[in-house]
Amino acid sequence: MRPFAYDRAETTALAARHPTAQGQTDAKVQFLAGGTTLLDLMKLDVLRPERVVDITPLKARHSGIEVGPDGLRLGGLAAMAAVADHPAVKRDYPAIAEALQLAASPQLRNMATLGGNVLQRTRCPYYRDPSWAACNKRTPGSGCAAIGGFNRQHAVLGVSERCIAQYPGDFAVALAALDAEVELVGPGGARRISILDLHTGSDRPHIEHSLRPGEVIVGFRVPAAPWARRSTYLKIRDRQSYEFAIASAAVALDLDGGVVRHARIGLGGMAYKPWRAKAAEAALVGKPLTEDTATAAARLALEGAVGHGHNDYKVELGRRTVVRALLAASATEV
Amino acid sequence: MAYDASDDPRQLFGRPTPRIDGVAKVTGAARYASDEPVANPAYAYLVTSAVARGRVAGFDLDQARAAPGFIDVLTHENVGGQVKTNPDPAGKPDNTTTLESDKIWHDGQIIAVVLAESFEAARDAAHRVGVRYAAEAPSASFDSPGVQVEAHKPQTPDAKKGDAAGAFEGAPVKVEARYSTPTQHHNPIELFTTTCVWDGPKLTIYEPTQSMWGLKGGLAKQLSLDPKDVRTVSRFVGGAFGSKGSPTGRTAWIALAAKRLNRPVKLIASRDQGFTIATYRAETRQQVKLGATRDGKLVSFFHEGWEVTSRPSGYNVAGVETTARMYACPNIATAVNVVHADRNTPGFMRAPPETPYMFGLESAMDELAYALNMDPVELRRVNDTQTDPVDGRPFSSRSLMPCFDQAAARFGWSRRDPKPGAMRDGDWQVGWGCATACYPSNIGPAAARLSLTPSGKAAIQLAGHEIGTGAYTTVAVTVAHALGLKVEDVTVTMGDSDLPPVPVAGGSNNAASTTNVAYKACQMVRDRVAGAAVKAQDSPFHGADPAALRLQDGLLRGPGNLSEPLDKAVARTGGRLEVYAENIPAGLPPSAAQGLYEGKMVMSRGTGRKDVTAFAFGAHFVEMRVHVRTREARVGRVVSAFAAGTIVNPTTAHSQFMSGAIWGLSAALHEATEIDADAARYVNDNLADYLLPVNADVPPIEIIMVPEKDDRVNPLGVKGIGEIGITGMNAAVANAVFHATGKRIRDLPIRVEHLL
Ligand SMILES: Cc1cc2nc3c(=O)[nH]c(=O)nc-3n(C[C@H](O)[C@H](O)[C@H](O)COP(=O)(O)OP(=O)(O)OC[C@H]3O[C@@H](n4cnc5c(N)ncnc54)[C@H](O)[C@@H]3O)c2cc1C
Ligand code: SF4
Repeated sequence: MRPFAYDRAETTALAARHPTAQGQTDAKVQFLAGGTTLLDLMKLDVLRPERVVDITPLKARHSGIEVGPDGLRLGGLAAMAAVADHPAVKRDYPAIAEALQLAASPQLRNMATLGGNVLQRTRCPYYRDPSWAACNKRTPGSGCAAIGGFNRQHAVLGVSERCIAQYPGDFAVALAALDAEVELVGPGGARRISILDLHTGSDRPHIEHSLRPGEVIVGFRVPAAPWARRSTYLKIRDRQSYEFAIASAAVALDLDGGVVRHARIGLGGMAYKPWRAKAAEAALVGKPLTEDTATAAARLALEGAVGHGHNDYKVELGRRTVVRALLAASATEV
Repeated sequence: MAYDASDDPRQLFGRPTPRIDGVAKVTGAARYASDEPVANPAYAYLVTSAVARGRVAGFDLDQARAAPGFIDVLTHENVGGQVKTNPDPAGKPDNTTTLESDKIWHDGQIIAVVLAESFEAARDAAHRVGVRYAAEAPSASFDSPGVQVEAHKPQTPDAKKGDAAGAFEGAPVKVEARYSTPTQHHNPIELFTTTCVWDGPKLTIYEPTQSMWGLKGGLAKQLSLDPKDVRTVSRFVGGAFGSKGSPTGRTAWIALAAKRLNRPVKLIASRDQGFTIATYRAETRQQVKLGATRDGKLVSFFHEGWEVTSRPSGYNVAGVETTARMYACPNIATAVNVVHADRNTPGFMRAPPETPYMFGLESAMDELAYALNMDPVELRRVNDTQTDPVDGRPFSSRSLMPCFDQAAARFGWSRRDPKPGAMRDGDWQVGWGCATACYPSNIGPAAARLSLTPSGKAAIQLAGHEIGTGAYTTVAVTVAHALGLKVEDVTVTMGDSDLPPVPVAGGSNNAASTTNVAYKACQMVRDRVAGAAVKAQDSPFHGADPAALRLQDGLLRGPGNLSEPLDKAVARTGGRLEVYAENIPAGLPPSAAQGLYEGKMVMSRGTGRKDVTAFAFGAHFVEMRVHVRTREARVGRVVSAFAAGTIVNPTTAHSQFMSGAIWGLSAALHEATEIDADAARYVNDNLADYLLPVNADVPPIEIIMVPEKDDRVNPLGVKGIGEIGITGMNAAVANAVFHATGKRIRDLPIRVEHLL
């Protein structure tokens, strides 16, 4: 870890005094929340900020959990554990609670914040070890060691020949399925963006997200919707706990008898960024939810998926994950 | 209690005893090597190579030198010739090097050592070291271009009996299959640390090791020192599993650094560096051919293995030596090949030969059972034998079928529907599988010093190793019971090469070697006390036969319920009573004691003896559950039974058996070090990506200890138990997965993609 200057931001205005782009891997300033992504990557010499701005004082104002008639509002500095265990979130937005509950470990969930969680970096081992020369995400233009290398965990959706990194998080996948928005405050004031616009694409892998310099994530809004209660997060992984997804699906259904009125499908563990399978959703509308319709939707969800060898299995696993999640959601008592 | 005239020491054992060092461990009082306080240390951080083959063309050190707290850096350019190369784990001189020259043998090879005022400063400076490589295309593993394949050079000739090929041709039922096991790393929680302190010509090395005297002797050679001037200290080891069994290349450089700086130097290597600066379990490929009669009797056994090693070392584990001895068979042939690649040298890892090779054999046995339409337990019964099938020697004892029968009964095996895919629980396919476990019973020469005070306090000293197995406690139990004392009246000192040597804590010899020497020392103490008593006028035993006297219940006792308190009986021997004992197991030459003092590995091996073949045996039963859609394979439950001679302490033995079984599950379902095929570099070299089971992956595991009295293995009848638990479990899991799904997985680990 390289020496760095340490600041504490008591307010978003103070945080906004550091308007350098943080979305770049070589960013000179990083916000510190739970530190469970940032400090790891600094110790590994991947992230080398010259200044670390501790935003944990913002917890006082930005860690609320409110479940209201318009929807759910979550503070950007709320602890993962607090949201995962919140009774109303569990009842009304089960996919959100489950995605958090199935993530990481209790220790990490206690430390880590929602804002830090959605901005966690890929687990691509070539990215996380600077002794590998080729990594476009770390060193733009250097190539991608994972293509042609060991890529069993890597993404099959949203990838490019520049980068096939997997977005490893769970929570953002549930947010994507439930049409969530991200609340930001920065030097230019406050604004809201769709969760689907937070992460940027694999064509420019060294840029992580679309936050403007100095912007802080202060909250998330999940709109109330008839499908939110019939939602679930299914995570497939190589061990039973404390492990990232190799495939995951956040699904939400609004059913009329057995017939689908609305469907929402988010995919994780197999995509470059939190993924939304809109074509699959559309294909389900007006149909009964059966093994056949779920399978057809799953096929659409994985359309365009590209494997790179070790991760070829994710295309079929992804489909099966979608089918299993849809059938589970439709069988849920609400 | 009344006087007990028995002379069978095996009856002393078997009482469950909590660890005497348990409180120290959980309160943090136990001192691990890097906890040893040293004055004003400098900190070392390793720079390791980012290419797997080639040369270091040069270093750019300006940035590192400018880093705050930087002190010094060692590279081949300034210290290259100053130490001799560390031998390979088999003790052969051909091994990969570190800073000796500019040569790079493998990924992650130590190429520089940065020294600074703190750990953080050293790491920062190390990150700033620029290295220029003259890289060459490396060979990663089996299928890589450029590997060299050669037949291994076996210690004992490869097993060969009858005409295996001919008998296979003519066999009515056959199985022929190829299997593979992956690269694995030990990943003990305690990292590879080294702290070196010089006092004039004398060097003290604080380093976690399974071989106090091996490390001492090895480092003396590497540094051209008189072994008398090298002391090693390792009171507690935070897990080792074989990785700390043989010296590694790092230690000599830390010693040299401490000399250059004239100051203690402390190294704590990082987790990822642990993958390349020490050893690992090499990946294997195997071919097994079994021929049998229609009633299941084996007529032909053939097992061939291929194992990866480094370019210079011929290290291999050759588990066919074990597999050829599992079942009665008139025609046997085995072969082992080593495949040299641009890799670090592999080494011992829990049951080095049996873990990979029993996977091949026990999977093939299961395949044979299906081919015969026979229960897999019955197939083992039909081929069970009390005679080593290769050498014709009797097994010292073999309770394989009692293990199968007791575990099968607990498991409920009789309720199994033999048809694959027939059992189901909701969305989960359920399968049951079993396999044989085994491990050779080894014992080495050992020495110990034992004292007994008139107040009834015993103290035993030996350079033993507590690697987490409960070694302090097994020695304490032996001494307490043999001297008729309470366990808390015994002090055990270990982990220091200033104490009498014992062998490497490897090959599951530790309990046998240390308890047998401790018992011998106790016998010497008893003889001294008894001898003095029978000569003394004031003793109730005056004129009695000294051989009839016993130390029991804190007294010297004899026939007729006569007794004398210890303060009298011990004081009579002349105050402090101290003995030095050496135990040379039967069959080893007297020179074995000398070898012990030179740090050599001298061992009476379970398969190398003239009188008997000695193994512990066991049986695993596993339930696997596989999701019908997404194909995750999870463990439902486990029952394992073991018969391993005298159980010194059932409490710690249970932990060893169970932890072995858990590791077996892990070896089947989780663990694999992934290698980048082009770069020949390890990719998942951290504990997040190198998968181990977490608690949620480990179901209830029931351990049965099948009683077994062995008269021949060694005087105390102690067989090793540290490694047997892991063996065969990988096959039991794969066999259960086959039963659940109808899909035979021959390549480990078993992952979702294999079952889709
Ligand atoms: C071993 C391990 C296992 C894990 N398993 C899982 C898993 O299964 N599923 C899963 O989803 N996650 C998993 N994680 C990731 C973990 O959830 C994230 O590390 C954590 O959520 C990050 O939150 P943090 O508050 O610690 O972020 P930090 O490390 O503090 O910050 C992360 C990044 O976000 C930026 N940042 C933080 N907060 C804000 C904000 N409010 N506004 C703007 N920028 C901000 C920081 O500058 C930094 O770049 C795992 C992590 C580890 C170490
Ligand atoms: S996949 Fe992306 S993060 Fe991984 S090596 Fe390639 S460019 Fe780097």
